[in-house]
Amino acid sequence: MDDRIILGHGSGGKLMHQLITDLFFKYFNNEALKKSTDSAILEIPGMHLAFTTDSYIVDPLFFPGGNIGKLAICGTINDLAVSGAHPQFISVGFIIEEGYPLTKLEEIVQTMAFEAKKAGVQIVTGDTKVVNKGKADKVFINTSGIGIIKDEHKHIATGNKIAPGDLLFVNGTLGDHAMAVLTAREDLPLRTDIQSDCTCLHHLIENILDAGIHVKFMRDLTRGGLATVLDEIASGKNFGIEINEKDIPIKESVKALCEVLGFDALHLANEGKVLIVVDKTDETAIQEILHNDVLGKSYRMIGKITDNYKGEVVMNSIIGGKRLVKMLAGEQLPRIC
Amino acid sequence: MKYIDEYRNPEHIERLCASIRKMAQKPYVFMEVCGGHTMNIQKFGIPSLLPSEIKLISGPGCPVCVTDTSYIDHMTALSQLDNTIICTYGDLMRVPGTYTTLEKEKAAGADIRVVLSSLDALKTATENPKKNVIFAAIGFETTAPGTAVAVLEAEKIHLSNFSILSAHKIMPPAMKAIVEDDVKINGYICPGHVSTISGSEMYEEICRDFGLGCVISGFEPLDILQSIYMLLLQLKHVDPKVEIQYKRAVKPWGNRKAKRIMNQVFVAEDGNWRGLGSIKKSVLKLRPQFYKYDAEQQFSVSFNTKEPDKGCICGEILKGKKSPSDCNLFAHKCNPENPVGACMVSNEGTCQAYFKYHQYGR
Repeated sequence: MDDRIILGHGSGGKLMHQLITDLFFKYFNNEALKKSTDSAILEIPGMHLAFTTDSYIVDPLFFPGGNIGKLAICGTINDLAVSGAHPQFISVGFIIEEGYPLTKLEEIVQTMAFEAKKAGVQIVTGDTKVVNKGKADKVFINTSGIGIIKDEHKHIATGNKIAPGDLLFVNGTLGDHAMAVLTAREDLPLRTDIQSDCTCLHHLIENILDAGIHVKFMRDLTRGGLATVLDEIASGKNFGIEINEKDIPIKESVKALCEVLGFDALHLANEGKVLIVVDKTDETAIQEILHNDVLGKSYRMIGKITDNYKGEVVMNSIIGGKRLVKMLAGEQLPRIC
Repeated sequence: MKYIDEYRNPEHIERLCASIRKMAQKPYVFMEVCGGHTMNIQKFGIPSLLPSEIKLISGPGCPVCVTDTSYIDHMTALSQLDNTIICTYGDLMRVPGTYTTLEKEKAAGADIRVVLSSLDALKTATENPKKNVIFAAIGFETTAPGTAVAVLEAEKIHLSNFSILSAHKIMPPAMKAIVEDDVKINGYICPGHVSTISGSEMYEEICRDFGLGCVISGFEPLDILQSIYMLLLQLKHVDPKVEIQYKRAVKPWGNRKAKRIMNQVFVAEDGNWRGLGSIKKSVLKLRPQFYKYDAEQQFSVSFNTKEPDKGCICGEILKGKKSPSDCNLFAHKCNPENPVGACMVSNEGTCQAYFKYHQYGR
């Protein structure tokens, strides 16, 4: 019985990490892959390329603040951008269930074209497959992307320059995407006005990099949320991370839903939020950029890299207590009472 | 008043902690018997704020954790029946039975669906008239009335494809069993939601027979700290009594309507608690007139339950005799993605709370 895939293997938490390490790395072993960066950083004569791929499945396909097409473009652009790359080209693969309405598909494709144009990237190749009814859930999309990395930014994806004293920023409120999708599902009798934060972050990120801010590391806070990303950064390292609950931006409505469902907002997925680790000398400069950007105006400095708590993430709770922050283990399950 | 931020106000917290520090002149052990309390105590780092004289231990307050292995075996066996949909609360999915879990059976093809309430399960039954829908009815006094309502509603609308497998439990017999088992505590932090239904009267016997203070607590950090303060005050005046801190939700008589419905549908029988063994009149079973909604009566399945892993000390942890860090399996062989004992499975389980949030500074 243990040899089957369960949903938790796709949740972005520990189970998925185990699957990647124990199965995929075992057979696909090479230097670029083993770095486990959001995008593979490839050296070809004269330039550094970032190359990434992601598959998108979401239920429902249309949710407040976006649809699967917007996710597929923004998600891949963000994976490239947080690696310090300037996104250039994208491929798109569709797996479509027999019987899916063409008008709906057109709506998804229009959104993708609009987002790609706005982002200044070209969709240059693609693939289409249709499967029998019931063999896929409406529409699945895979996108891959290529971007160019400047020499001075090639360390960002690896995070190997992170050091005690560095500061941690997020560009806005956490958990909006996860809760927008969750409450849009028909089987959950909760209605809210929460919109997904799904958006392309590369213009904001390029503003930060172009200003000469010493960015040590960036990661978009998708599946597994902030907690998973922080745990990954600290795990096995000679430094720790200290964050302050009072500084973590979460909308009141998201907070309330977390209370109702027994969820931890630090584990919720975002599609337009990035964690930025910067040198402490850039504290004021990055705040100014975030403050003046529409995608960064609700930014907060949430904590710092520290000599204490080596290998672990510790949060000062809202009431002044201390507790550990860990990666999500499986899927978050609503609790009984 | 938003009922969140106000109860997490750092200044009020600090003032209350200062009073607690002043009062705690010798070592005291308090047991909380609600998974929600356990989770919030760890989540907010409350132990790191308390003086070292005060130790909080977690009792059998997580309904998932005390659900017996044989129940999971029974449920997974039912999930193999043709034409059957199992509806369950989410956190039961990963609880290990002898050989498998509901989560793994779902992956293998069984139709197992997570619901948020018993009425969602009832709805699933009305929407799938050709399938048998079995609801995994677990939980304490908090969820038992909801199940009772679903059963009464099923009867009212003559639904013939809905049934439940009840492992509902009631709290006071377990609290009594713990002190009878010689667990040394100086007071109970009593469950908030359970008491909303059952009221405070049910703790009087424990207070009287064992001379233990019982304070019914809310779930926010200020609630929990105030309950600790109230227990300390009782100890100072050598005056154990039943008190309600969670006054905004709990009345001494509880919720009379919910109690009446629960009593109409269920009867308390002896039954197994994981880790604690059999406890007299502690498990709620359907009364005979509702047997047509009892999956135990309606479906015959066979399953083999074996004793859990020898290394697992869930039982001792549920009794508050040991802490998760005393367990050799903790965080190594037993972790949230691969739990050995039930205390690691649920969000509210003592071991998962320790694993996810364990405190610093103690």
